[in-house]
Amino acid sequence: MTSSQIEIDGSSGLATYLIRDVAPLGGERVDLVLAGGVIERIEPSGSVVAGEGVVVVEGGHLVALPGLVDLHTHLREPGREDAETIRSGTRAAAVGGFTAVHAMANTTPVQDTAGVVEQVWRLGTEAGWADVHPVGAVSVGLEGTHLAELGAMAHSAAQVRVFSDDGKCVADPILMRRALEYVKAFDGVIAQHSQEPRLTEGSQMNEGVVSAEIGLAGWPAVAEEAIIARDVLLAEHVGSRLHVCHLSTAGSVDLIRWAKSRGIRVTAEVTGHHLGLTEERARDYDPMFKVNPPLRTAADVEAVREGLADGTIDIVATDHAPHTREDKDCEWAAAAFGMTGLETVLSVVQQTMVDTGRMTWADVARVLSSAPAQIGRITDGPRPQGRPLAVGEPANVVLVDPAVRRVVRPAEQATASANSPFGGVELPGQVMATFLRGRATVLDGVPVEQDGVSRVGASR
Amino acid sequence: MKHLLTTRGLSRADAIRILDTAGQMAATQSREIKKLPTLRGRTVVNLFFEDSTRTRISFETAAKRLSADVINFSAKGSSVSKGESLKDTALTLQAMGADAVVIRHQASGAPHTLAHAGWVEAAVINAGDGMHQHPTQALLDAYTMRRHLMPRVGRGVGVPGVGAGAGLDLAGVRVAIVGDVLHSRVARSNVQLLHTLGAQVTLVAPPTLVPVGVEAWPCEVSYHLDEVLVDLQPDAVMMLRVQRERMSSAGGGFFPSPLEYTRNYGLDAVRLGLLPEHAIVMHPGPMNRGLEISAEAADSPRAVIVEQVANGVAVRMAVLYLLLAGDVSQVGSHERASL
Repeated sequence: MTSSQIEIDGSSGLATYLIRDVAPLGGERVDLVLAGGVIERIEPSGSVVAGEGVVVVEGGHLVALPGLVDLHTHLREPGREDAETIRSGTRAAAVGGFTAVHAMANTTPVQDTAGVVEQVWRLGTEAGWADVHPVGAVSVGLEGTHLAELGAMAHSAAQVRVFSDDGKCVADPILMRRALEYVKAFDGVIAQHSQEPRLTEGSQMNEGVVSAEIGLAGWPAVAEEAIIARDVLLAEHVGSRLHVCHLSTAGSVDLIRWAKSRGIRVTAEVTGHHLGLTEERARDYDPMFKVNPPLRTAADVEAVREGLADGTIDIVATDHAPHTREDKDCEWAAAAFGMTGLETVLSVVQQTMVDTGRMTWADVARVLSSAPAQIGRITDGPRPQGRPLAVGEPANVVLVDPAVRRVVRPAEQATASANSPFGGVELPGQVMATFLRGRATVLDGVPVEQDGVSRVGASR
Repeated sequence: MKHLLTTRGLSRADAIRILDTAGQMAATQSREIKKLPTLRGRTVVNLFFEDSTRTRISFETAAKRLSADVINFSAKGSSVSKGESLKDTALTLQAMGADAVVIRHQASGAPHTLAHAGWVEAAVINAGDGMHQHPTQALLDAYTMRRHLMPRVGRGVGVPGVGAGAGLDLAGVRVAIVGDVLHSRVARSNVQLLHTLGAQVTLVAPPTLVPVGVEAWPCEVSYHLDEVLVDLQPDAVMMLRVQRERMSSAGGGFFPSPLEYTRNYGLDAVRLGLLPEHAIVMHPGPMNRGLEISAEAADSPRAVIVEQVANGVAVRMAVLYLLLAGDVSQVGSHERASL
């Protein structure tokens, strides 16, 4: 050890990790020390020496990002544990680099009371793979007629801040207005599934050239855009926060751009699959590509990529929607809408945005960590997420190897379902390690079970 | 040649070969003994998830005339009504050794899924799927047009025993397809096949019944039937069935009233008079008399609607023959999605 070197030891408390020669946000290489649940040191590369009890991770070709935060995950529990459980879903989240997920409300029973959201929150805490922040339903039973007990959910142990009827649109304008107004009392946000119901009755895929040819009922872009237009004006009128879920059309990007230029408090998300796939994938009627909102045209994909790059779209979300084999192994019309995404989204963002030069890794940290955490209001409090990689901050860290190329094998993923649209596809990037408050949930690309034993099952 | 799922993948040569084979099949049907031994020992399953008596009977007749064993499977009253999936139904048929599955399904793409999901090894014939395709209907329509029109437009006088127009396509033929294009698998199938065969197709419908994306189809689109009849002078007018549940705006309908639809898009005696003398009137059936077609038009000498039904048997015999007993090398090397 030279005089300029610092020796650390890990002899007490939670395991101490020395991540040697790693590039935070793809920048200058440093030595990163995680100890006591926080980022204890960030030192020039090569200046830290591991003492007794320290676990060393060689980070020479790795990029370090803050733990990813998903604002839009379907964990299916309670009610559809055959498709996913909170444990399996959050394990998949860890494999994908996530340290926090927001669990959507369309469970059975619906997450529309303090009791149900607390149940989800506690199960997430017990699982220990990632923080689970339940999303509260806007309306009772997702029926779109009466406001759910938004305040009770906000003041429950789960401290809900994001409310959504996702899967369904809050179509009634007066209910939407009241919801937007009501959540101002606790700085909540309404996350809208923008789908005008009458314009999309029976819809199966994007309306356009492909739907006309293959005879599937069309889901027109205007059905999304009409609701976004209405909602941004409502948000402006009442001065509330609106979040647009899984935006998918070029017109929607234009509307968000316009709304932001007016100072309206609106944020928007795009999913990995809407960044990476077009409606052309529906031509073979493979239900793996059936999703709501549907995959759109190449022009729409280009628009959402541009909108994400220029900041019009704030975040990338997964809309991770696991389904059982029987719900997808059937004809298109009978198949369920939805795709898994927790374990592939980072690779898709790398492929479509980073490797194409549209975004830096710092941008990735913004759209997949800090911005979703800010929208969900989880940057502060007892379990803060989406914080910078800085000394003293919680050690929520993900290490990515951008050079790895891997073929997605849905059956080997950590999620309990296998409905990935990227099955058999080679994607760039691999999450090599995930740390939740200093504890490794993934190491060497493999989930670290609670008993400390690594088991095969990660996507490699 | 493995499946017949859509007219889109049919080459001109394949289509003409089917029509010519249908001509040969039709010739056998005028004999005292109509049955051929060609498919003896083969099993054809009619798998109908949607009611369609005429199409099912047509396929059944075609298969029986070729001496195949026929199993009719209707979803109503079957295990499907108890919740059995298409996959499990398919696996059952596979276990029973079906050589061909004729499938009618309310979901677009179901025949494609049946053919490509690995559930069955049988040849799959699409007998109509959702709003997508009905390829044998388009083939029988093309066969009917060729038989009637090609001698009259100056090409092909017919080969004795084979049928009029044998070996020819439909180059130069003008066809108007009128009505509910949006929901019509017949229209989708016909536009593609008629284009492949060289015909000029014009779709005529109210704008609400024209699909978004139609601009990519190889045809013209008009909202004005009278203009088309006068200006285009079509050789064939194909009327599409209007589904009664879509007739009024009370049900989210596509036009204000049946009366307004009939005024603008119904084929009546007056409009019949605008057609060239040789023009034929077609309808895939079943007809809504008094809505899209009047009794005068439906029963006029120009109407070939009943003949379409008869030709359907010959065309389906040809398809079954080519799929189950035909010489693949003579049909082309198309991938499995196409005939």
